[in-house]
Amino acid sequence: MVKRYDCDIVVVGAGPGGSMAARYAAEGGLDVILLEKKAEIGAPLRCAEGVAKKWLAEVGIEPDPKWICADMKGAIIRSPSGFKFQLDESKAGSEVGYVLERHLFDKALAEKAAEAGAKIMMRAGVTGVIKDGERLVGVKGNQFGEDFEVYAKCIVAADGYESQVGRWAGIDTNCKLTDIDSCIQYRMVNIDIEEDYCDFIIGGDAPGGYVWVFPKGKGVANVGIGVMGSKCTGNADAKYYLDKYIAKTPGLAKGSIVEVVGGFVSTCPGLDDTTADNIVLVGDAARIIDPLTGGGICHACRSGMYAGKVLVECAKTGDFSKAALKPYEKMWRDRMEDKLYRNWMAKERLAELDDETIDEVVKLISTANIDEVNVYNLLKAIKEKFPKVVEGFEDLI
Amino acid sequence: MKVDYHKCLHCGGCVGSCPQNAIYLNDYVLEFDAGLCNGCGRCVKICPVAALSKEV
Repeated sequence: MVKRYDCDIVVVGAGPGGSMAARYAAEGGLDVILLEKKAEIGAPLRCAEGVAKKWLAEVGIEPDPKWICADMKGAIIRSPSGFKFQLDESKAGSEVGYVLERHLFDKALAEKAAEAGAKIMMRAGVTGVIKDGERLVGVKGNQFGEDFEVYAKCIVAADGYESQVGRWAGIDTNCKLTDIDSCIQYRMVNIDIEEDYCDFIIGGDAPGGYVWVFPKGKGVANVGIGVMGSKCTGNADAKYYLDKYIAKTPGLAKGSIVEVVGGFVSTCPGLDDTTADNIVLVGDAARIIDPLTGGGICHACRSGMYAGKVLVECAKTGDFSKAALKPYEKMWRDRMEDKLYRNWMAKERLAELDDETIDEVVKLISTANIDEVNVYNLLKAIKEKFPKVVEGFEDLI
Repeated sequence: MKVDYHKCLHCGGCVGSCPQNAIYLNDYVLEFDAGLCNGCGRCVKICPVAALSKEV
């Protein structure tokens, strides 16, 4: 027996993107079902938990001490030979932020969706889409051993990096190997860290990516690494490079690991198509992630919110065709695409630089007089001394 | 494909990286669709903990 549900909008995945889409669609009066495959929203962790602060108000999220684990004063970028560039809140307000408790943050967003009227179904894994001829009419899956079908006017694919729903619906969500990072992270305790700073280590320690140390309190941090897919060799590269970095860093080597998580991020500037007839892709599923930092939470929240709002408009005419969903494409691209493309170019260049050049670049930006530190101003400073590094995307700087 | 579950972290990286969409993460189990898999080996190459290998 297959259980059948009917609604206006079915959202697949209760991460930040899915919950935001569900919330804004439900607030607009739509009948929303939000499906989550896992047994707990926000866990197991697949994230470094660092976010900037500024965007939260933009998407209607009130900072809550419940899910803020640590408030950062700034960030540090370290080069292979240990040159250090420190960004402080006074100079880098827009880039500095919180380290979250994702298991609480994600639940708080889901709670907002539920308050708005969305129905959440847990342990409801989606295994495919349902079509009526060529037309997408819903998704099918299994919840607690029982097969189900959810029929909806539009699907929101918020299934994260796995991004299978879009592919089942015919949207190409594949990324090149240079546009994915293979990641592993340890929660480490009893370590020596700069408690108020998010630490980024770039260069050969993490081929094509970086090592991060994001503090979660006294002597505790998320210590992780991303390695560019094209630089992986099948020999547990992410784990190999992270273990190697920890072993040579005395303040980390003395600590203990209390949690191990794996994960992936896309590092392309977003998909060419994030909509089709009766389907919208948001967040990681749409590959809308900062390609330089791998940060995706704010992008997921923004794109989720835009999707929810556009769906409310579409419902007024009942038209959820690709043409009717176009305002969604326009909203997220207007807000984020230039920056995503610029950071994608910067990531591509950074991955090609040798350690000596990275040392030089970090030395340069640490001595340059930059008033307001953000990626834009950093690239501008680099452009003056190392024009080759920004060649091809100068017009975006 | 063969999975070493002593290593697998269930992160879903292979799922999202498979060009054929041939892998499904069902809770803690990876299901491979042999009909879709073209043996490209990308999942083996990029796994953060080398939990995957080609069956011989």
